[in-house]
Amino acid sequence: MTRRAVITLVVCAVLLVALPWIIGHEFYINLASQVLIYALFALSVNMMLGFGGMVSLGHAGYLGVAGYACILLTTAGYDQLTAAIAALALSTVAAGVFGVLSLRAPGLGFIMITLALGQIVWGIAYRANNLTGGDNGLSHPARPMPFGIDIRDASSFYYFTLVVFAVALFFIWRFARSPFGASLTGTRDQPRRMRMLGHNVWLIRWLTFVLAGFWGSVASLLFVYYNLYLSPHALALQQSAEILLMAILGGASTLTGPIIGAAIITLVKNMVSTYVERWNTLLGLIFVIVIMFMPYGLVPGCRQLWQRLHSRQKGKAANAAPEASP
Amino acid sequence: MNWQFWIIQTLNSVAFGGLLFLLSSGFSLIFGLMRIPNLAHGAFFMLGAYFGFSLLQLGFHFWLAAIFGGLGVGVLGVFVERFILRQLAGNEQGQVLVTLGIAFIIADVCLLAWTGDPMPLPAPQSLRPPLRFGGFAFPTYRLVVLAIALVVAVVLYLLMERTRLGAMIRAGVDDMEMARGVGIPVSRLFTTVFLLGATLAGIGGVLGGPILNAYPGLDADMLPLALIVVILGGAGSLMGAFVGSFIVGFLYNFGIALAPDLAYFVLFLPMVLVLVFLPQGLFGRAQT
Amino acid sequence: MNAPALAIAGLSKRFGGLPATKDVSLTVMPGERRLIIGPNGAGKTTLFNLVTGDLDPDGGSVKLFGNELIGMPTQRRVHLGLARTYQILTLFPRETLMHNVVLALLGLDRLRWDPWSVLTGHRDLYAAAADALDKVGLGDRAGRVVAETSYGERRRLELAMALAQKPKLLLLDEPLAGLSQGERQAVRNLLDAIPRDVTIVMIEHDMDTALAFAERITVLHYGEVIVEGTRAEVVADPRTREVYLGD
Repeated sequence: MTRRAVITLVVCAVLLVALPWIIGHEFYINLASQVLIYALFALSVNMMLGFGGMVSLGHAGYLGVAGYACILLTTAGYDQLTAAIAALALSTVAAGVFGVLSLRAPGLGFIMITLALGQIVWGIAYRANNLTGGDNGLSHPARPMPFGIDIRDASSFYYFTLVVFAVALFFIWRFARSPFGASLTGTRDQPRRMRMLGHNVWLIRWLTFVLAGFWGSVASLLFVYYNLYLSPHALALQQSAEILLMAILGGASTLTGPIIGAAIITLVKNMVSTYVERWNTLLGLIFVIVIMFMPYGLVPGCRQLWQRLHSRQKGKAANAAPEASP
Repeated sequence: MNWQFWIIQTLNSVAFGGLLFLLSSGFSLIFGLMRIPNLAHGAFFMLGAYFGFSLLQLGFHFWLAAIFGGLGVGVLGVFVERFILRQLAGNEQGQVLVTLGIAFIIADVCLLAWTGDPMPLPAPQSLRPPLRFGGFAFPTYRLVVLAIALVVAVVLYLLMERTRLGAMIRAGVDDMEMARGVGIPVSRLFTTVFLLGATLAGIGGVLGGPILNAYPGLDADMLPLALIVVILGGAGSLMGAFVGSFIVGFLYNFGIALAPDLAYFVLFLPMVLVLVFLPQGLFGRAQT
Repeated sequence: MNAPALAIAGLSKRFGGLPATKDVSLTVMPGERRLIIGPNGAGKTTLFNLVTGDLDPDGGSVKLFGNELIGMPTQRRVHLGLARTYQILTLFPRETLMHNVVLALLGLDRLRWDPWSVLTGHRDLYAAAADALDKVGLGDRAGRVVAETSYGERRRLELAMALAQKPKLLLLDEPLAGLSQGERQAVRNLLDAIPRDVTIVMIEHDMDTALAFAERITVLHYGEVIVEGTRAEVVADPRTREVYLGD
C-alpha cells in the first residue's frame, strides 16, 4: 500500500475508534452502527457487482434466511453463538443454491432470477405466519454477549459492530487483491476469453456468489442484533435496491465506494425522513440521476477531479517558473 | 370440497392468468426486443389500476376507463423510454436499474396521490350478476376478463405474425445487429414496443381492479409474478407468456386457496425446475 | 507413429437450416504448421469454435492428442494444451499488458483459486509474464494499459498470452489481420520462432505470408474440405483456383 493510503487508513481508524467520544449523543452513535451494517451489506453485494459484473437484486433475501434462522434458533433455546453459526451456515448453503439457480441465465437473466428469489423469500416470510409471524415480524430475545461483554448500550454495540466490520473488510480487501479476485474481474470484462485461458468462469462466479452471500449473512446478523426485531418489510425489494444503490453511488469498482455510498444513503435517509415523507421518491430519483449522470460513482469521480486539479496546479507551477528566470 | 369450489377456483385461476398475460406479454416483448427487464412494469400495472379508479370516480364508463387508463400509462412509458432509457442506450445494466428507480418513484407518487387505503374498482353493473349455467353460478366479470385476454392474445399474435411491425419486432428479437443492418428503425421500434407494453400493463391494471383492487404494494406483488411467467415461458415469446401466465395463475390461486402459508413456495418449485432443466424457458430460444 | 495432435472426424454443424460445417475431417500431426484457407463464409472460424468448445457440433469427433474434446467444457480443453487467438481482439482493455499475460498464466495455475494472498506478491508469476512479453518484443511496454497501445502491439500481446501457456496445439485465427506490412513481418518472425513442440493451425487471408509459413494446407468452401495437401499440391490443384475465382 502506498504511504498516503496507510496514513488515510490510520486516520480513519482512529476517528472510527474515537467516534463515540467525538459524537457523544446516543442517537448518532446508533446511526454510526447502522452505517457500518449497511456498509457491510453494500460491500458484500459489491463483490458480485463491482468485481464480478453481476447485478443481484435479491441480496436482502439473506436477511430473511440468516435473520429469521437466528431469531428462531435463539428463541428455541439454543445459545447465541450456536444460533449465529447455524444461521450463517444455513444462509451460506442457501446462497449456494440461489447461486446455482441465478447463474442458469447470466447477464440480464441473473438480475431477474435474483429478484424473483429475493421476492420469494420475502413472500414466504410474509405468508408463513406460523413460522415467521408474518407481517408482525419476530423479536429477538436479546443481544449476544460476545466473550461475556455486554453490548446492550449504544457505544458497546458500536464497537462490536466496528470489530466485525473491520474483520470483514480485511477479508474482502484481501479478496479483491488476490489471484481469485483478479480472475473474477477478468470474467467480468471478458468471460469468453477467460474460458479460453483455462478459467472456469461458472465456478468463479458461483464461489463469489456464495462468499457474497456469507458476508451478507454476517451483516444480516448484525442487523438483527441491532434491531432485536425482524419483519418482512426489511426483506422487501426496496432493501435490496438500496443496498445496490449504495454500491453504485459510492463507486462499484472500488472498495471504499460502497462504504461511502452506505454512509450517504443511511445518513440522508435518517435525516431526510424527519423532514420529507417521500423517501421512496427520493431514492428513486437518486437512482435515476446517479445512473444517468454518475455511472461510475462518487469515489472515482472525486478521484478524477482531484487528479485534474493536481495536474492543473503542476501546470501552473511549470508556467510560472520560466518567468522567474531572466 | 364440492364442485362449486373447484370450478370457482379454476375460473379465478384462468381469469388471473388472463390478467397476468396482459401484464407479462408486454414485459416479455420489451425484454425480448430491448433486452431490458422492465422493473417498472408492476408499477405500470398499479398505476393503470389507480388511473382506472379515478376515471371511474369521474363517471367514465368502465371500458373507456380501461382504455384511457391504459393509454395514460402508455404515454408515461413513452416518456420513460425516450428521455431516460434512450439516453442509456448500450448500457443495459444501467437501463434495468433505472427502471427500478422509476418503479419506486411511481409507487411513491401513487401513495401520495391516492393515499394508503386500498381503492376498490367496481365492475361494470351489467357484469355483476353471476352467470347461471348447469346449476352452477359463474362469476361473470372474471369470464369477461378471460375473454378479453384471449382476444388480446389473438390480436397480438396477428400483430406479430401478419403485420410489418410484427415482422420488425421479431427480426429485432432474433438478431438486433442484423435488424439494424437491414434498416429497421430501431429507436422508433423500441418506443412503439414500450408504448404497447406499458399500455397493456395499464389496461391489465384497470381490468384487474374489480378483482384485486388498487393498493400500495400491488406493484411489488405483480412484478415477481411477471418475472416468473417470463422465466417459465421464455423471454420474447408470446406463446411462452401465454402458457406461463396460466400456469402461474393456477399455481398462485390454488396455492393461496389451499395452503396460504406455502403460496410463494408453490411458485418457487416450478421456477426452480424450469431453471435447472430448461433455462431458456418452455418456449424461449437457447442462449448462444 | 505418434498420435496426431488434432484429429477431426466427420464434424458437422448446422445453424437453423444452414450447414456451416459439413462432415469435415482432417488430421494434423505434432509439430506441423497447417493453414486453413477458404473464401469468406467457408466456415473456418466456425471450425475453430467447434474445436475450442465455443460451439457444440451436431455430430462428429475432435481429438486432441487422442483425447475426445466434444462434450468437454472449453476451460478443460485449455488444460489439455489447447490455446487460441481470436480474429477480433478480445483483450482486457483497462488492464496493463503485464496483467493480461498474468491472467493467461493464472488460467493454468492452481493459484487462481487463492482468495487470500496478494497477487502482485507472486514474483515468479510476474517474471514469467515479463518473459512472455519480452519474447514478442513488448517487454519494455509491460506497464502500459492495453487501451493505450497500437493495434499491432495488441496482436502481439494476444500471441504472448497464448504462448505463455506453453500450449501443445495453437489455433491462430487471422493473426495478421489489419496489420501493416512491417508489423506483419514482425509477427511472421515470431511465428517462425515458435518451437516445434507447439503444433500450429492457422486461418489466414494474407496469402503471401501464410503460404510461406504453411507446410500443409486445407481448403474449405461452404463448410466442406475441398482440397488438402502440401503447399505445392494445393497451389497447383485446379479446384483451389475454382474455389477462389469460380462460383
